Amino acid sequence: MLALYIVIGIVAILLIFFIVTYNGLIGLRNQMRNAWAQIDVQLKRRYDLIPNLIETVRGYMKHERETMEAVTKARNLAQSLASGDVAARSKAEDALSGALSKLLAVVENYPDLKANQNFLALQEELTSTENKIGFSRQYYNDSVLRMNNKVQMFPSNVVAAMTNFKLGEFFEVTVTEEREAPKVSFT
Amino acid sequence: MWEQISANRWRSVVLTAGMGLLLLLIGYALGYFFFDNAIIGLVIALVVWGILALLAFFQGDSILLGLSGARKIGRDDNPRLYNIVEEMKIASGLERMPNIYIIDDPALNAFATGRDPSKASVAVTSGLLAKLNRDELQGVIGHEMAHIKNRDVLLMAICAVMLGTIVILAWYATRVLFFTGGGRRSSGGGSGGLIILAVGIFLLILAPILAQIIYFTVSRKREYLADASSALYTRYPEGLASALEKIAASPVQLKSANQATAPMYTINPFREKGRAAANLTSTHPPIQERIRILRAMSGASLADYDKAYREARGKKAGIAPASALALDKMAGTTALREPSPEAKTEEKPPQKVKRARETSDMMWRMSKYRTVNCPCGTKLRVSPEFKGVNVQCPHCGRTLAVQ
Repeated sequence: MLALYIVIGIVAILLIFFIVTYNGLIGLRNQMRNAWAQIDVQLKRRYDLIPNLIETVRGYMKHERETMEAVTKARNLAQSLASGDVAARSKAEDALSGALSKLLAVVENYPDLKANQNFLALQEELTSTENKIGFSRQYYNDSVLRMNNKVQMFPSNVVAAMTNFKLGEFFEVTVTEEREAPKVSFT
Repeated sequence: MWEQISANRWRSVVLTAGMGLLLLLIGYALGYFFFDNAIIGLVIALVVWGILALLAFFQGDSILLGLSGARKIGRDDNPRLYNIVEEMKIASGLERMPNIYIIDDPALNAFATGRDPSKASVAVTSGLLAKLNRDELQGVIGHEMAHIKNRDVLLMAICAVMLGTIVILAWYATRVLFFTGGGRRSSGGGSGGLIILAVGIFLLILAPILAQIIYFTVSRKREYLADASSALYTRYPEGLASALEKIAASPVQLKSANQATAPMYTINPFREKGRAAANLTSTHPPIQERIRILRAMSGASLADYDKAYREARGKKAGIAPASALALDKMAGTTALREPSPEAKTEEKPPQKVKRARETSDMMWRMSKYRTVNCPCGTKLRVSPEFKGVNVQCPHCGRTLAVQ
């Protein structure tokens, strides 16, 4: 009789452990997906801001046609890959960041533009959107790390293996120098 | 990586529970002396605490914001502040955007309030907005966001209310005890009763002091942790460090602060200049120490902060248990980032020197002096009276032509 109780007790403990761990994993996966959606929101915001930016700077920057075209092209490419896989997408987005930073760097040569209120507001929005992209990426990667830790570490890895939990994919930044936000200067 | 925050919260909860125990003891002693019934005392203590706690819980943030004369702003009122708060909201993984308030005050300070992360607010002074650059503001907002995310506001409110209750009860009890001689003693009791009386009086005097020490300990722990979290969110501890430096250097005191709201602020609004604030009765850790720790960080993770904290304070105990920090090893992902371009272009002392030199060059030129640059780096000023063709550099001895 006692042996039976012990067995029932052990089974119950294992079951509770399974349920708690599984729910924890699901919670982490949802957090990760949520963070991914957050990156999306910010990237879309950037797609929306760029045409406005180009429109505003066009009148001032007569000699920067190539730089402006590069931004538009990078934006369109990134947008077309928006539903693609993570690796291709992060590469396209990084290219866009690079093109944007080049454009904002040449602003230095146009004092009139820097006095334009409309442009200043856009510049603030773009700087902040870049930051938000960075921070949502950061939070996404943190979430992936937390989930992957759980999936790989004992004892939660047993539950993860039983329920066929996949590892999350990090949002890599391919080129280190493009890690930085575009060089928007305020002088 | 957020595990250690809950681990740290656990410590604070233990301390808070200790304070609760103190409150119950006070109630017990109270009932024992005045009503011959310890239970009545316990009930009184809990009722007083309950009323204060409910008030703080439901009215706390509106009282606080009302007291400080804060006005709520939207995205269009101050896009930059709104954006920075939103950036920190994303970085901390907070689910709902907190309300943002501005306090019209030249002093440099900020605070966070709200009993849970879904009903939180951050308030900053207009002085802070004017004096800090984007990175610094981000560091301060990150610190406030950490208070929200770590639920410090609720914890500190519970602690403050408990401290208040203990102080009130002990104060009344000692008054009554001294003026009436105590209820219990009149009903007799031998030497055993006397010992209990002595212990009781001792407790009534000691409890408020003990409660205060616990309160300040919890408060300072939360401050360090909020600094660590801010560095983690922004990946740029220098931002907060330099903001703290500016705040410390500012001579203006916050008009609207009072003792009750003090622990909510980024820095203690009651600091006195020149005083070493590293005593037991300070809600905030000394600002220079906070700056030193932030600047000593080699990465942005909590483990990095913990290491810097241990080194700066020369203590074994860090901000979180080692077991919790072990999970925090993330190769590459917690590296420090570069300062934002705005901070880079801010005028740094070397640039000021350069500008001063340019001005002096101009003055020399105006008085018809000629300038000769030697390859060794020396600049020679040649007076208009000098008629020769060559001069010799006093540093390296080269012969230079005067144009």
